[in-house]
Formats: sequence, structure tokens, C-alpha cells
Amino acid sequence: MDYQDVDRKAEGLAAMGMTLTSDEVSHLVSTHSDWMLGAAFRILRDRAHAEDAVQVAFTKIWSKYGEFEGRSALQTWMHRVVVNEALMTLRKIKRRNEHSIDDLLPVFDKSGCRVELEDNTPATPEVLLSRRQTNDYVRDAIMTLPDRYRIVLCLRDIEGFSTIETSEALELSEANVKVRLHRARAALKTLLEPHIKGQKL
Amino acid sequence: MSKTQNRKTARPIAAMVFRLPFMIDCEEFEAFIVDYLEENLSKHQRVKFDLHLKLCRKCRDYLQSYKATMELTKAQTDIPFSKMGMGDVPEDLIKAVLAARK
Repeated sequence: MDYQDVDRKAEGLAAMGMTLTSDEVSHLVSTHSDWMLGAAFRILRDRAHAEDAVQVAFTKIWSKYGEFEGRSALQTWMHRVVVNEALMTLRKIKRRNEHSIDDLLPVFDKSGCRVELEDNTPATPEVLLSRRQTNDYVRDAIMTLPDRYRIVLCLRDIEGFSTIETSEALELSEANVKVRLHRARAALKTLLEPHIKGQKL
Repeated sequence: MSKTQNRKTARPIAAMVFRLPFMIDCEEFEAFIVDYLEENLSKHQRVKFDLHLKLCRKCRDYLQSYKATMELTKAQTDIPFSKMGMGDVPEDLIKAVLAARK
């Protein structure tokens, strides 16, 4: 039985108010914990905190399983639970020193014209993604962004939250979410520029 | 060479063009990018954005790199913990999660 089968069964049983067998629970945990830990780590940047967040998320999943009722895809629901738990953990832990990203943001001259680096020839994402270790490089670059920008980028561009969902989760205005998102993308673009230009990392 | 030294000098002709009616400069273009990509610009804003895009090579290159960055970011979505170079999900965690279920 693959994990989609387990998911479908779990969704069906939840809809009928029934529960999974212990074997099915084991299967569910072993197949979903990997991506859940990945999502928690992207937000928390810390393995131990991410593991704690996943553990608490599963506790909530078990306790709220009866309320799930199979109305959405099981994985979508579990994803929201673990991301919310990671965000709660992030609020509790002491934040690292936040540095400025001003040096990574676009520059304009007095006339409002863009001032950019020379030789800015973009490559296509398809070409970039075929390069070895690109994903590791991108992840490391994202991890260097200050939390106030990184979390918005994670929620919007990686975890699939909408602007409204992100503003609610982070208690920010929608306008603020958009500003932070844009700055995060612009700063990340600068960090990835050598890669986007096709230079060897 | 520092980042500042490596930058191109100002473009007086472009600056003049961007001050014409219905034109926006690069800085205003920058502020429209998120809404442009989410198709949230008004018709009027969209016309100005498209016009600037057509006339400004720097902003075209910038937007292309910006989109490439977004694609690279989105590609992180499906990467599980075990592919992040820190080993597999610890057995202890799975045991703890299962124990909490009982």
C-alpha cells in the first residue's frame, strides 16, 4: 500500500468517524514525517526545533483527526498543521541577530533609473535546475535571509500560502506581506545572481 | 572590484523618456512587480508597466532574473528533509510520534 492509498483510506475513515489501525498509523507517520520535517526545518533553520515542531504537529493531528472529516486532502491539512506549529515554535524561540538586506536590494539613480551590475544575462530556470547542487545552493541562500523576509518568502513561494493566508498567519497587513515578499525575492535574486548568470559556484 | 564600482552610470536619455506622460521610471516599475505577477494591477497600471517593460532592457533583464529566482525558490517545495544533506528522519522522532498516538 503506498502513501496515497493510506491517505485515501485515512480521509475516508475520518469522513466516517473511524480510525486507522496501528499499522496504518505507522505507515502514515513514516511516509509523511520526511516532508513535514523538511517544511518545519525550512521555517525554523534548526533541526532540533524542527523535530519538536513535527512531534507537536503530529500530536495535534492525532487529537484533531476526528475534526478533519476528510473535507480536504489529508496531506494539505497535515501541511497546514506542521507549518502553523513551526511558526508557533519560531515565535517562542529567541531570534537570531537580524541583519540588514539593504545591500542586496535594487539600486536606482536620482532619476529613478535602475542601476544594475554589468553582464546581467539571465538563464532559464529549466537550465538552472538541471545543474548539480542547485537546490542546496538556493536553500543555503534562503537560509541567510533575515527571518522577517525569509518566513514570508517560505510561506508564499515554497509552502503555497496566499497573501491573505500569510498575513493572517504572521499577523501582518497584506501590504506588508507584499513588501516583505518583494524584498526577499529581490535580495535572494542578488544572492543567486552568480548562479543565474551561469557562473560556476 | 566593488559592487558600486561595477555599476553602470546613469542613463540621462532613459530618465527623460521615463518622465513622459503615461511612463513610469524603474523605481515605480519595481513597486509594481508583485502585483503584476499576481495579475492584480489595474488596467491603467498594467499599460504603464508593459510600456516601461518594452522600453527598458535593464528592467526586462531584472524581471527575467526575478522570475528565475522565484522558480528556483518554488523548486524547494517538494524537497523532503532526507534530501537536505542532514540524514534521514531520526527513528527516535518516529517512535516518539507513534508513542504519543497510543
